Amino acid sequence: MTTTEATLASAPAPAAAVRRPSALRLGLARGLLDLKLFFRERDAVVFTFALPPTLLALLGSIFTDTFDNTTVTASQVFAASMIAGGIGSTSFVNLGIGMATERDDGTLRRLHCVPMPPVAYLIGKVVLVLVTSLAELAVLLVVGVAFFDLTLPTTADRWLTFTWIFVLATISCSLLGIVISNVARSARSAPAVVNLPFIVLEFISGVFIVPITQLPPLLLQVGALFPLKWAAQGFRSVFLPGTMAVNEAGGAWEHGRIALVLGAWCVGGLLLCLMTFRWRGRRYR
Amino acid sequence: MAAINVRNLCKTYGPRIAVDDLSVTIEDGEVFALLGPNGAGKTTTVEVLTGHRRRDHGVVEVLGHDPAHADLGWRTRIGVVLQEVQDAGQLTVAEVVRHYAGYYPSPYHPDEVIARVGLTDSARSRLYTLSGGQRRRVDVALGIVGRPALLFLDEPTTGFDPEARRQFWEIVRALRGDTTILLTTHYLDEAEALADRVGVITDGHLVCVGPPAELGGRAAAPAEVRWLDGGAPRTVTAADPASVVVELSRQFGGPVPGLSVVRPSLEDVYLDLIGAQR
Repeated sequence: MTTTEATLASAPAPAAAVRRPSALRLGLARGLLDLKLFFRERDAVVFTFALPPTLLALLGSIFTDTFDNTTVTASQVFAASMIAGGIGSTSFVNLGIGMATERDDGTLRRLHCVPMPPVAYLIGKVVLVLVTSLAELAVLLVVGVAFFDLTLPTTADRWLTFTWIFVLATISCSLLGIVISNVARSARSAPAVVNLPFIVLEFISGVFIVPITQLPPLLLQVGALFPLKWAAQGFRSVFLPGTMAVNEAGGAWEHGRIALVLGAWCVGGLLLCLMTFRWRGRRYR
Repeated sequence: MAAINVRNLCKTYGPRIAVDDLSVTIEDGEVFALLGPNGAGKTTTVEVLTGHRRRDHGVVEVLGHDPAHADLGWRTRIGVVLQEVQDAGQLTVAEVVRHYAGYYPSPYHPDEVIARVGLTDSARSRLYTLSGGQRRRVDVALGIVGRPALLFLDEPTTGFDPEARRQFWEIVRALRGDTTILLTTHYLDEAEALADRVGVITDGHLVCVGPPAELGGRAAAPAEVRWLDGGAPRTVTAADPASVVVELSRQFGGPVPGLSVVRPSLEDVYLDLIGAQR
């Protein structure tokens, strides 16, 4: 102990000009830490990644019809739509519950005490969500291709479409997850608070319903207000033949509108985040 | 220069007054204990000083800046050990200390900080496996790793067993000199063991400030001289107990059986102080 104290006491005084670490570097360090924390909760990892493929397996086994004048099966449509559902769970659900938990257990209060630019925290979450969403995507593609006749796109422009839809869907759903984390009063209540709107959204966004036009018009219209519907539609446009566009609510893939709605949610979601963000839980107001 | 300068600090939550016209100056290098019962306003005061809560009135300067408008550069010079943080259970002690060191421009070496809080043997343990006392040491490690000029310790030993508390005190004593420390506690013995000066706070009022030995006029208060006279206990209260002892020593012609001189305990003074406000 004595030697330790001597070392500390004799350590050189910090130079006044030493710069603080950059927000990007801190954000990447936070992302690494968040990934460690996520992947070390083994049970949570297994169930997070297993839920969408399980739903896909159930739906794909129950509904086996083929669409008129095509060889496209209902399970192929589910496999495409479920990618949106999977992203929703790794972004909206995981961030919503994760941040409510971090607010409750004091992670955020602690971070508020250190010289961390808030954007570093956000960068960390981006890294976490990107990595987990890509992993979820890989699982769903493997399951979809192996068991549900999902075919991977072969043209560059389809992969380009896929990429921008994936990015915009992940960002918009993440931001909404951050917003809803503020609604949960505690870590314990967070799963209930986050899952209800998510499952409702999955239904009215056509993730569980094939074709989406089977939904009552009112539910369709409500679903069309949120990003999940447009993400699912976008992934169908990438993984299904062009002839399937007639089965969409608008009778077309509507890429322009998808970009518009998802982009608007990225901006609006960020504003909502900034307006509602809190460092402390309700217990510590 | 004073590390902390507070003048007429007021803070209310709705109708409830949390801090009422509190003024105090804490010098550079000093260990200052804010002592008071639960709900006295200790945590609110610390939250205002660390820039996490807005004040209603008053002037506050911490390391030369108003914490309400402080930037991240100011925050690199402050360490805060909060109450009730149970985060990052799946990380190891070494991982979490190393990570938090990364936020600062010139931190201590993480391994040295871990050694300093006595956790070298647990450095590779996940936080959720640690005892409450060990987790609190991690909190302190994270509070000091950035080489702070000023450290806030908010009720650091609440819930500790006596042995863990004494070990923790040794850690805090070892910080003395490098760091100005503002400690809040509702334990008298803790304030007495660690602090250069103690401020007693109750119902948001700072009722008394001074070195523990002089608190509430304790040093000048009459003392009780006790001894045994032929086996029977005798007690005399005297403003100058030394003269009583000299007189007794002369009477007995040597050692006085069962002799003791007792000042009012800090506890007596403290209960008087907070009792007067209730």
